Amino acid sequence: MSMLLDVKGLTKRFGGLTANADITFDVKRGEILGIIGPNGAGKSTLFDLITGFQPPDAGEVFLDGRRITGLRPDLVSALGVARTFQKLKPFPDLTVIENVIVGALARTAHMRAARDAALESLAFVDLLEKRNHFARELSTGQRKRLELARGLATQPRLILMDEVTGGVDQRTIPGLVELVLELKRRGVTIVTIEHNMQVMMRIADRILALHAGRRIAFGAPEEVRKDAAVVDAYLGSAADAA
Amino acid sequence: MASDQARMLEAARAEPLWPRPPLWATLAGAAIAALLLVFPFVFTATFHHHLLILICLYALMAQSWNVIAGLSGQISLGHAIFFGIGAYASTVLFAKYGITPWFGLLAGMFISALAAIAIGIPTLRLKGHYFAIATLLIGSSVQIIFQRWEWVGAASGLYVPIVRAQPWLYLQFHASKVPYYYLALGAAAAAYLIVWKLRRSRLGFRLQAVRDEPEAAASLGIAVAKHKVLAFMISAAMMSVAGTFYAQYVLVLDPERLFSVDISIIVVLMTVLGGTGTLWGPALGAAILVPLSEYSRIWLGGTGRTIDLFVYGILILLICMWRPAGLLSLFEERIRRRGGQR
Repeated sequence: MSMLLDVKGLTKRFGGLTANADITFDVKRGEILGIIGPNGAGKSTLFDLITGFQPPDAGEVFLDGRRITGLRPDLVSALGVARTFQKLKPFPDLTVIENVIVGALARTAHMRAARDAALESLAFVDLLEKRNHFARELSTGQRKRLELARGLATQPRLILMDEVTGGVDQRTIPGLVELVLELKRRGVTIVTIEHNMQVMMRIADRILALHAGRRIAFGAPEEVRKDAAVVDAYLGSAADAA
Repeated sequence: MASDQARMLEAARAEPLWPRPPLWATLAGAAIAALLLVFPFVFTATFHHHLLILICLYALMAQSWNVIAGLSGQISLGHAIFFGIGAYASTVLFAKYGITPWFGLLAGMFISALAAIAIGIPTLRLKGHYFAIATLLIGSSVQIIFQRWEWVGAASGLYVPIVRAQPWLYLQFHASKVPYYYLALGAAAAAYLIVWKLRRSRLGFRLQAVRDEPEAAASLGIAVAKHKVLAFMISAAMMSVAGTFYAQYVLVLDPERLFSVDISIIVVLMTVLGGTGTLWGPALGAAILVPLSEYSRIWLGGTGRTIDLFVYGILILLICMWRPAGLLSLFEERIRRRGGQR
């Protein structure tokens, strides 16, 4: 059986900077793949290359065996790939429910069906109460949940989550972790960028570690954690910062 | 906890799909609609009819601009292009081939939509203010083309040949302005009905998503460039309708006036004043600015020609300071919130 996502040799340069250098990894159906790496390691760029927001300079991306390299973002989405953004992008002048309806409309043109699907999605992320607020009124944690609900409303096979627990207050982290695990139980394949190593060790089935645009480790969480290059590049610098 | 969620979900599902407007809004709407319907019989002066015809036409034009700018977030400063196309399409077809302006109306809408594609495909890809700059410059170019184009009368323009028979077929009413009023009112009403439906449709939601966050919209499967062009086409076709009716009303085409930057700018001012992105804001803006302009012209005569623009400027300045989202935004936000819950 082929992998759900197959990334082969992805490379992206911005002028003299190589944001992604020859990155290869795969994602199995139903797993949670974690991506770690210090700031500037190229994690978000990798998401942009996979979802079509930027064209790669070299390399290939396959979704379920189908080549999607450089495909426009809306077409990638239509194939069942959702994403959240590190810098959150809710639709500020739409209400919370309207935000999610936009996502649900990817699967139905019927407004009532879209509304009901959006309500389900909001209930899943525990944001039903805020449904009639404008998105611009939400806290960071709530906006992360909103973005997740909006992406899930497109009924993705694969969701790429950029720092779900980043920048939210500590108390809300267990709830977000529970959400991610529940998603996995429902059969959604997840790729998640995460700085919180405790969270990562708990949820990830496998981990991809990046540093300065290169893959430095890829495998089971315990192995990656002990990997000398990872300890040096990521955990070491994180310990320094802490 | 889980059953709480389930109960809340049930309750939310039972809510109406669209928030019901409050009673005061429904009553006010009904009163205004009734007033508009009987207006020509209550106010019988020709000048009042003229005023209301202009308000209806400008309300239609401002709503047209609101579709591209308010719904999909692209600032057009060349909307007079489509006003002119609408006027020329019907007049050329009638003056040269004797074809009814009703067909010219449709032809104008079609040509305007095509022009919107031609202008929109290269320019709507541009981010930031480039679309605004491009439309402004293209607007001036189109005006120059029509001023030099001999076949359509060049700078002196065209007259709509006077016909007294079959007024409803040829859209000419020489005895009274009242039929023009109902035509303009009907056109405006149709436009507002269409936009009301549009705002509740998949396309409408997608346009607003493109306006608010194009990248997020793309990540949800929305073809951003295509949607901007679609909004521009709808907007252009609406503007063209106003052009055709205006030509039938004044019966003379002057490219200097039809394609003027003034028209492109006034629809922006009206919409911004009333509330960009709201349904009724453009109508409110037209209802305030048209009388202002017409009365200042009467009171001040020829010397007051630019006074109205001066007053517009002050009004816009005040709006930007106190209510940047426009006069109507307060009410519409409250309604969308379903009773103002915070």
